[in-house]
Amino acid sequence: MSALIEIRGLTKVYERGAQRIEVLHGIDLDIPEGDFVALMGPSGSGKTTLLNLIGGLDTLTDGSLKIDGERIDALSGAALAAWRANTVGFIFQSYNLMPVLNAQRNVELPLLLADMSARERATRAQVALELVGLSDRASHKPNELSGGQQQRVAIARALVSDPRILICDEPTGDLDRKTADEILRMLQSLNRDHGKTIVMVTHDPKAAEYARRTVHLDKGTLVDEAVH
Amino acid sequence: MKYLPLVLGALFRKKWRTFLALLSLMLAFLLLGLGQAVNSLVEGGAEFLGVDRLITQARTSFTQPLPLRLLPRIEAVPGVKRVGWSQFFGGVYQDPRNFFPQFAVDPTRLYDTYPEWILDPDAKRDFVATRNGAIAGRLLAEKYGWKVGDTIPLNSIIWQKRDGGNAWEWKLVGIFDGRDEAWQKRTTIMYLNFAHFDESRVPGAAGLAGVFVVRLSDPQAVDEVAARIDAQFENSPDETKTQSEQEFQIGFLRQIGDIAFIINAILGAAFFSILILTGFIMNQSVRERVPEFGVLKCLGFTDRTVLGLVLGEALALCLLGALLGIALAFAVTALLPADYPARIDGRVLVIAAISAVTLAVVVGLPPAWRAMHLKIVDALAGR
Repeated sequence: MSALIEIRGLTKVYERGAQRIEVLHGIDLDIPEGDFVALMGPSGSGKTTLLNLIGGLDTLTDGSLKIDGERIDALSGAALAAWRANTVGFIFQSYNLMPVLNAQRNVELPLLLADMSARERATRAQVALELVGLSDRASHKPNELSGGQQQRVAIARALVSDPRILICDEPTGDLDRKTADEILRMLQSLNRDHGKTIVMVTHDPKAAEYARRTVHLDKGTLVDEAVH
Repeated sequence: MKYLPLVLGALFRKKWRTFLALLSLMLAFLLLGLGQAVNSLVEGGAEFLGVDRLITQARTSFTQPLPLRLLPRIEAVPGVKRVGWSQFFGGVYQDPRNFFPQFAVDPTRLYDTYPEWILDPDAKRDFVATRNGAIAGRLLAEKYGWKVGDTIPLNSIIWQKRDGGNAWEWKLVGIFDGRDEAWQKRTTIMYLNFAHFDESRVPGAAGLAGVFVVRLSDPQAVDEVAARIDAQFENSPDETKTQSEQEFQIGFLRQIGDIAFIINAILGAAFFSILILTGFIMNQSVRERVPEFGVLKCLGFTDRTVLGLVLGEALALCLLGALLGIALAFAVTALLPADYPARIDGRVLVIAAISAVTLAVVVGLPPAWRAMHLKIVDALAGR
């Protein structure tokens, strides 16, 4: 497998007033296309910061971050937004659905940025909802769905524009074990059957077992790596 | 249009808050519409008046009478076709609330100066021949159920009779109409025979008239003839001010105050209040949705798109409020009786649209700017 995500000497420093906090120190990491990586580590180890940088949500302080050979850390704000829309799907711990929109409209959101007719948007959203087994809940608003169903809608939203990378930040953190396993099996299937490259932050060792490998961070550095 | 569900969804997220904001905006735009209607009553009330008529009044004030002996000199001014005179009577009919304009005029000159009134020849003759004769406009006669031959008692709040009383009795000898719709709507006035008025009022005021009504032979020569008339009496005890009938009418209505200023002051206060309220609501709405803007940016929405979405919300809110307010103003003015011809014209739609857009930009830009500059990671964390 070739490296889809190539990280070299990545450093991230936050400045809070006069205080300088170095969160990541010289990270080197390759993630091949089709990989499913779990990022683990104690709180404050920098795993979410690393995930945000890979997802193009934050800017690095030093080093380089290439995705499919492109230095995304050199992209302008608008170019980075377009890159995110085309390349990455996001799944969050707290689902982050728009409460005023129903499931169908939530899933359609990323497609609003594409040059696409309303009918095509609707069709693709229905297909995505079907993929996560929620086609019968399309007209329901988030507050009418269970936590597991909301996360599945979020997965459908992340998939609808067919991105190569899925960024998952504690996707099962708010779910019970049974529902969490369903969601993790779904992610595993997306990786194995649909070739999605997945980078997932988790505290849960059981969740990490669904990944192909686990990378451990501590105090901003990579300390360990395990292939399952 | 594809962002409309997102904009409307966000707008109606807190229905009560949006409803109250809409109500405030609606009231502001209702005031705007009604204010414009009142302005039209002042401005438009004179629009139909003849362009070939001048009004000559005392230079100091129209409440200062002019002696009738000025008449021949005004008539002799080149460009003048015919001159009449008029004195505001200020009477109430039966009850102080029944107030309508009455003017004491010379009947033989009325028809020459106001050919817009239609009156049958017999009534014209009777008005000249009857010392205490009066003619009433059709709408006025219909309102009070008057018929020719009725005696109309009027209590003048201005003029006393020689016997010290204020009660005057007038015999209705004719009912006049207007020659077209605009003049027909104005048939809410009454003319009284000046001769009887003049000989019956207190002696000190005899021989004086409120204004002279000057009909021109050339409507294009309004300014020149007005200047010539005023020049006649310059530096005399009876200096005059001559202006077109339209200007006089607007000036008369504005005696009660600068209506435009009052209306603009009210509107300004209303819009300022609405500005603060709507601005607060927009700010609050954006503050509550900071993580959602973070999510949108995650999904690839650019900073400018997010700016546009918040401005779109402000615009939708203000335009909807404007639409409801102006529609209500149209409905209210449509229900007014014919003798209050306050109407809203197309200008108010343009003014309302411009006001709504300006308001939306002013209240929407600060929160939109804030949403635009949110850092994704901070926004997702609700910071």
